[in-house]
Amino acid sequence: MFDPVILRKDFPIFEREINGKRLIYLDNAATTQKPKQVIDAIKNYYEKYNANVHRGVYRLSIESTELYENARKIVAEFIGAKDWREVIFTRNTTESINLVAYAYGLHNLKQGDKIVLTEMEHHSNIVPWQNIASLKKAKIYYIPVTDNGYLETDLIDKYLKDASIFAFTHASNVLGTINPVNELVKTAKEYGVITLIDGAQAIPHLPVNVSSIDADFYAFSGHKMLGPLGIGVLYANRMLLEEMGPFLCGGEMIREVSLENSSWNEVPWKFEAGTPSVADAVGLSEAIKYLTRIGIDNIKRHELKLIEYSLQSLIKIPRLKVIGPMEPNDRTGLLSFILADIHPHDLAEFLDNKYGIAVRAGHHCAMPIHTKYGLAATIRASFYIYNTIEEIDILGNALREALRVFKAE
Amino acid sequence: MSSPELDEILDHYRNPRNYGEIENPDIHMRDSNPLCGDIIEIFIKVKDGVISDVKFKGRGCAISQASASKLTEKLIGMKIEDAKNLSRQDILDMLGIELSPVRLKCALLSLKVLKTGLYTYLGQKLERDEAEG
Repeated sequence: MFDPVILRKDFPIFEREINGKRLIYLDNAATTQKPKQVIDAIKNYYEKYNANVHRGVYRLSIESTELYENARKIVAEFIGAKDWREVIFTRNTTESINLVAYAYGLHNLKQGDKIVLTEMEHHSNIVPWQNIASLKKAKIYYIPVTDNGYLETDLIDKYLKDASIFAFTHASNVLGTINPVNELVKTAKEYGVITLIDGAQAIPHLPVNVSSIDADFYAFSGHKMLGPLGIGVLYANRMLLEEMGPFLCGGEMIREVSLENSSWNEVPWKFEAGTPSVADAVGLSEAIKYLTRIGIDNIKRHELKLIEYSLQSLIKIPRLKVIGPMEPNDRTGLLSFILADIHPHDLAEFLDNKYGIAVRAGHHCAMPIHTKYGLAATIRASFYIYNTIEEIDILGNALREALRVFKAE
Repeated sequence: MSSPELDEILDHYRNPRNYGEIENPDIHMRDSNPLCGDIIEIFIKVKDGVISDVKFKGRGCAISQASASKLTEKLIGMKIEDAKNLSRQDILDMLGIELSPVRLKCALLSLKVLKTGLYTYLGQKLERDEAEG
């Protein structure tokens, strides 16, 4: 097991102060901080290897291409893909989902086809489908979520039996709920439904093996797992990728171009138009090495400890209401809550100003689930490897102080 | 952290003045601030170029709601022409606390709704006058 206090030393950002206080960073579900190993890998790339990939015949370009393609192999191994060709680099989870919606959905969905989502989706797994549904006159259905924050799994068969696409989150960015992905994919396959999993909140926190889950598509972001901003991944079943047409078009994704038409490059480059973010792919591969050294199982255990403690201690604060499952084992390391009638934005600003605590306030790009619970906004504290029990205690004290300052006792 | 200005904002947040709706308003406008999810809806009655009644509805952070509540108090009895000239500084002076750039949007939402409403009203009035004239 690792010591979060020692790990913190790898993260230069924790040397800075916020309003004279040590930074307590609890917005990891939005993006994580970066260790110096990742920052150095990016710097090193630009200082020693920078060149465009796949085209040059000179040394720098060959080495740059090797680093980029090696990063792809490191990602493939980390997520348990059988073949590195099943790993497509994108900018982020949103772009990965849009790739599926447009390159697959737009070309395969017909009028009246059924797209199934869930009520706990992030906007990035709702809006692209709404757009495709309106273009193709397809219909969207949402599997409901219970008051305790679980998916209504009893209704799965009813929703999936005549569906075309089922897109759902592995772990909710608001409720923290970990969905039973194996079971969901299995049921979808029985009905011949194409599956897409939004893994943005799962990959950084839980052991994930995309081959054993066996979804057709699995999307995630690099920046939520210690990697740089601007690099994301779409894992996809190779058979589907071979059949699919491109998403973005331009350089790199073509084989031959004439003035009349073009033929596509091989998978995965068919889906990577334009110059890719090589340095960020290298940074992501370094982040994966870092996470692997610590061990994803240990990360899960550490977060479980933090969430167990939060559920026990923060819940004792008067007028604090938590949403999502109360069973720590069913959730990732994040906690969304409201405190009395203090608006989350007012509370978040108070926590930042007075305590240097960074938390998220708002609907966290998931308005439908907030609407369902009758909330306009919540505060979300989300943990990662460098957070400690002591920080949760500071948060707890700050929340009690907020009750006094906002006259909400 | 505590100050009379802040206490006043919290008071307006918890006990908003002129809260509610007006039937058949002359001006009715609603807008939201996607950052905080603040919503403000304003209803105005106009008589002889003067604002005779104002109500607002909304939800959101203390700053957005207190700003709307305080603004309605200011508006009753004000000439349309003067309301049109209200500036962001007027709103900031009215609130009287330091605001970070992100919170300015919260504070100024009610002014934005008011101005959009006023200009829509004046535009429609102009069209009516022209049609009649």
